[in-house]
Amino acid sequence: MTIALSGEDVARRIGEHLPDAVTEFSETAVFIKVEDVLDIARFLKETPRLEFDYLNSITAVDYTEHFEVVYHLTSITNNHSIVLKTRCYDRENPRVPSVVSLWQGADFQEREVYDLMGIAFDGHPNLKRILLWEGFAGHPLRKDYGSGV
Amino acid sequence: MFKTEPIMINFGPQHPSTHGVFRMRITFDGERILDLEPVFGYLHRGIEKLGESKTYTQIIPYTDRLDYLASMTNNHAYVLAVEKLAEIEVPERAEYLRVIMAELMRIASHLMTVGFMLNEMGAFFTPLLYMWREREKILDLFEMVCGQRLTYNYMRIGGLSQDIPEEFMPALERFIEEMPGFIDEYDQLLAENEILLARTKGVGILPPEQAINCSVSGPVLRASGVQWDLRRADPYSIYDRFDFEIPTCQNGDVYDRYRMRILEMRQSVRIVKQAMDQLPLGEVRTKVSATLRPPKGEVYGHIEGPKGELGFYLVSDGSPNPYRFHIRAPAIINLTMFRDVCVGRLLADAIIILGSIDICMGEVDR
Repeated sequence: MTIALSGEDVARRIGEHLPDAVTEFSETAVFIKVEDVLDIARFLKETPRLEFDYLNSITAVDYTEHFEVVYHLTSITNNHSIVLKTRCYDRENPRVPSVVSLWQGADFQEREVYDLMGIAFDGHPNLKRILLWEGFAGHPLRKDYGSGV
Repeated sequence: MFKTEPIMINFGPQHPSTHGVFRMRITFDGERILDLEPVFGYLHRGIEKLGESKTYTQIIPYTDRLDYLASMTNNHAYVLAVEKLAEIEVPERAEYLRVIMAELMRIASHLMTVGFMLNEMGAFFTPLLYMWREREKILDLFEMVCGQRLTYNYMRIGGLSQDIPEEFMPALERFIEEMPGFIDEYDQLLAENEILLARTKGVGILPPEQAINCSVSGPVLRASGVQWDLRRADPYSIYDRFDFEIPTCQNGDVYDRYRMRILEMRQSVRIVKQAMDQLPLGEVRTKVSATLRPPKGEVYGHIEGPKGELGFYLVSDGSPNPYRFHIRAPAIINLTMFRDVCVGRLLADAIIILGSIDICMGEVDR
């Protein structure tokens, strides 16, 4: 059974590494500052006994006053998991550091978030639309795009 | 002297070997691949956006149209995620029937994979028709339970749309009785077939570290020697009650990916057999309102689909429609490593590598 690590425990571990990076935590998730994403991701991936070697999924949610980028991480070595989240308040030009350099599996998923939600990933090697075509106007998964029907 | 230069070719989107509308931009030096970029989105229907304006129950038929060769497992993954979010109990009988359907679906999907892979190697349609012979029987079984052969819409939040009819169990027993023999037959025809070995051994090798790093899942991951199957690693539904093995291979080449499918079909037969023996009587559905309003919150539910980890990320704001509906589709993520394993190989290799990854455009593009 994959053990969902408690947000509190992981937040404490992150705090020992980089104080002030964690903004809040819940039972299963840790919220971190957007500028620390790459640093924390590397810490989670490379620290013994955490070893989050597998990135299940990256996605984003539009909460209208901010975007939330959600990372689901699993450690295949230790069979445990955690949800990492970060918030972007800039609606015009939301930017998040890319984690492709750590997990190549982020490649298409970050492009998808960029395409459908309009969040740019700094440091992504090939950031362009993936499902929609170049020249498409807008980002459909944003709440102000329209209902979709 | 001749002047030579690399040439870029658009392969697809309309091409019989690309499993749907899938395009590869390939740069060649002669027949050797220098660079490759998968291009997709031709089948993008905005299912995630559509989901936000549908009720939780209305979304079920949309999940059928993701990986349409494995609609039952899509149903299963989705309803499990909603049930986790809304904390709904499912009757025992429904759980067992779901497992039976999911494993039959896995067999059907793997049969298609193996058949089409051989097609792409030049064994044109003869082996595929052998595979289809058995897949037809599975589709017949599904038709009995829900009247559909492709888009089943059979599972419901809280159970199943209806119980199995009388004729289902005898037909299933017959199928499970003969299936191991058919798998032996495929093995006899294929496992040591010289052409198959020559085309697939050592082609498209994916090392285990790279497989994990690229978030590869399912049989492709296990072919690289990583023993990771969500049915064991993170058991959902009632998979902890069955005795089965998680086969792995060592080389991570196209041959191993083909082997994985054969080995997994045998395990699926084992699971179905046990589920049939243990199948209890009783209800198959908990009453759930059609306009279900799960409490505020979010959930990530994932299962081991035939192609890999199929996950649903749902955010509820307490209304009858999900606030956010995200699908973690294995096929698109498994394609991440596609370029790396193709570079340096021939065009003909790229085609069978694509076949061995087993993509379905309905799921890649959503």
